[in-house]
Amino acid sequence: MNAVVRPRNLQGNRACALAAIEAGCRFYGGYPITPSSEIAECMAAELPRVDGVFVQMEDEIASMGAVVGASIGGVKAMTATSGPGFSLKQENLGYAAAAEVPCVIVNVMRGGPSTGLPTRPAQGDVMQARWGTHGDHPVIVLTPASVMEIHAETRRAFELAERYRVPVVLLYDEVLGHLVETVAAPADAGASATRRFASGPADAYQPYRPGADGIPDMARPGDGYRTHTTGLIHDEDGFPTQAPARVGAVMARLLGKLDAHRDAIERAECVDCGDAEVVVVAYGITARAAARAVAEARARGIRAGLFRPITLWPFAERAFAAATRGARRIVVAELNAGQLALEIERLAGRERVGRLNRLDGEPLAPAAVLAAIADAAGATGER
Amino acid sequence: MDTRTELPFEIRDYLRLDRMPHFLCPGCGHGIALRALLNAVHELGIDRDDLAVVSGIGCSGRLSAYIDANTVHATHGRPLAFATGLKLARPDLHVVVITGDGDCLAIGGNHLIHACRRNLDLTCLMLNNEVYGMTGGQASPTTAAARYTTTTPLGNHEPVFDACKLAEGAGASFVGREVTLQAPALKNLIREAIAHPGFAFVEVMSDCTEIYGRKNELGSSPEMVLRQKHDVRPESYGNAVERPFRPGPWRTGVLAKNERAEFGAAYRAHCRAHHGGGPGDV
Repeated sequence: MNAVVRPRNLQGNRACALAAIEAGCRFYGGYPITPSSEIAECMAAELPRVDGVFVQMEDEIASMGAVVGASIGGVKAMTATSGPGFSLKQENLGYAAAAEVPCVIVNVMRGGPSTGLPTRPAQGDVMQARWGTHGDHPVIVLTPASVMEIHAETRRAFELAERYRVPVVLLYDEVLGHLVETVAAPADAGASATRRFASGPADAYQPYRPGADGIPDMARPGDGYRTHTTGLIHDEDGFPTQAPARVGAVMARLLGKLDAHRDAIERAECVDCGDAEVVVVAYGITARAAARAVAEARARGIRAGLFRPITLWPFAERAFAAATRGARRIVVAELNAGQLALEIERLAGRERVGRLNRLDGEPLAPAAVLAAIADAAGATGER
Repeated sequence: MDTRTELPFEIRDYLRLDRMPHFLCPGCGHGIALRALLNAVHELGIDRDDLAVVSGIGCSGRLSAYIDANTVHATHGRPLAFATGLKLARPDLHVVVITGDGDCLAIGGNHLIHACRRNLDLTCLMLNNEVYGMTGGQASPTTAAARYTTTTPLGNHEPVFDACKLAEGAGASFVGREVTLQAPALKNLIREAIAHPGFAFVEVMSDCTEIYGRKNELGSSPEMVLRQKHDVRPESYGNAVERPFRPGPWRTGVLAKNERAEFGAAYRAHCRAHHGGGPGDV
């Protein structure tokens, strides 16, 4: 490990790519799309230096398929995209969730729907990241708010993907993708989690029999296990089943496999929430405007706080409940028509929750968040 | 090396017998293709532990589950994309793709042409039964003219894809076609395709007796495959033999073969030439 940390000025997308390589990513299947293309470009340049493989596939679907294939081969794999490409990747992302193939998918969000606003920031893919592929499925979604945090959360994305055998979506917006900030983290800050490969006698191995932590060991092709991987609902032996009792059991494990690990997965930041009358919930670039607004509100005597989810899904429910226990009003600020607000309303009750949304391709400014805080504080009857 | 490969070929040695009975219909040609593939693997002395078979969705897609190797049943149309990632990440594996005419030429057509262009060392077996069998007999890009299917109730009016011409045009460095009736020739063709260093495309002219054959009154499976045999022109016959050809005509045998650079090896050599193969200053 490096004793001396050499700060690096990095663009968000470049920090993401370098962190992936530091985390042990050795396969990138890409397809060009604004505003994520710098990740592919950086991977194309850097992976050859570490004996990794970069391939530009023929389309977004193929790039996701190649990532799943490489990961089945035992290699840490990643792709990156933006809204239209994220839509196209959903089927194979669902395959990764169903077959429990670790992988990392970066979505640098731009305005939607459809081709939308290719060069403008948005946060419109919050629900797609959770529910974009068909059927009930587990997924982890991380949403960093700075270049330093993109670096840290990219590394964590690989750890979580490998440890829990689940697709991990790294979700940030165009501003963060193109922002240049200082990253002060050692380039080789300890080994990222390595995959738990199957060991022991092949004839006793069941590919989807969970370990003590609820997660099955994964066989590496060539190690003699000769397993079958399928997107069909499969039993512990890996082969398809339609027996209702077995389907019920394997789906229960699949959908619940993250439950025991939520403390390790969930991450959130609370700023001045202890005595807050008004708590702003914001993530990504919006959280930075919100942090400024909360500080200015405090300077004006309004007891405001910020709850910033870093793990977006599964949502940090317990930390959120603790942060907002004393708050009379909660303002959810986001660059969409109100997506995370639905989850906050579910948790806190609709009467406590207000929304601040922007959909014109510009980020929310601190002044707008401050005005919303002041409004909410007025609604509480306290200044 | 698997010691069993020194013994005569026994298909049981390469099947997951606990997955039997298989689900293919009586008369389906896919079983002959599966046997030919496994026989070729046996003759090449490929250890099952080092064999990966990636299949798509459809009747052909289900074959991977019967093979005692590292098997992947991918999404519809995407086995070549999965296989590309797997082979690039694990060049030590022999990767064979099993796909169908709908899987490979319709929903997966883009992946096929780019796999041909790249020339990664994959073997792609396209089992062409001219129909979407799994979903109940709808028309595919290879359904012959005037044939009845559940989505061509007036007879098919769409032109037919010549998959081998497509593959050759897109740059596949090995292209071949064979009918299931010529099982030894099919085995030899697949063996040559697997041994070929580069992207090898093999079209297996299979038959769907139960759905396609019945709807078009093509007779029993033997009648269907005999008709197929008479509809093709083996390359080995040369131009001397005249036969009543179907649109095509469907040539069989090795149709294209060249030794252009294999994608994975070329990529690695290219990277090594620039970076010496070791970690650089990231």
